[in-house]
Amino acid sequence: MTKSELIAHLAVTNPHLYQRDIERIVTTVFAEIADALARGDRVELRGFGAFSVKRRPARVGRNPRSGEAVQVSEKRVPFFKTGKELRERLNSGNAQAGAARSAAPSAGG
Amino acid sequence: MTEKTVTRAQLSEAVYHEVGLSRSESADLVEAVLDRIAHGLVRGEAVKISSFGSFSVRQKGRRIGRNPKTGQEVPILPRRVLVFRPSHLLKNHINNGGKAR
Repeated sequence: MTKSELIAHLAVTNPHLYQRDIERIVTTVFAEIADALARGDRVELRGFGAFSVKRRPARVGRNPRSGEAVQVSEKRVPFFKTGKELRERLNSGNAQAGAARSAAPSAGG
Repeated sequence: MTEKTVTRAQLSEAVYHEVGLSRSESADLVEAVLDRIAHGLVRGEAVKISSFGSFSVRQKGRRIGRNPKTGQEVPILPRRVLVFRPSHLLKNHINNGGKAR
């Protein structure tokens, strides 16, 4: 599923809204999460999961081609932890899920 | 470095300000976005949100784990885990876009 497919689905289930507005809604949701992470905040969506930022300290890395040592400065990386409810849903009825998965590739893209 | 927690309430509020919907409808739409993503993932579909990142489901095989307290071996059953890969844009936004520094 891509962002545009997500928007298309929401347009079908919310026929009273303009597609343009649905696009703005979806964009806003992800922009808000991204901005919160850029501020160093955490985003907690109960049942779905939580986004947080982890700090990677500065280190001396190595250029894999030349073997030269390079200083890598500290950086922050986004991290997602799956929520309890979603984790359970992913694993309930594992048998059907596995079957659906192996049948899916033709439908996917 | 005062770390705050953003929840559905703030996402709904942002949607409310961005689009001319009521607060309760904004909240419903935020929920619908999350629901639909979860629905796809539960079906084993990967969900790609351009300029944000992608969520995918990975199948993990059975392995032998160990209770760290008792040292006892316990089988860890096959299961599906969700993996989030942030896009380069998101990574850059977090490292350079933060106005705090």
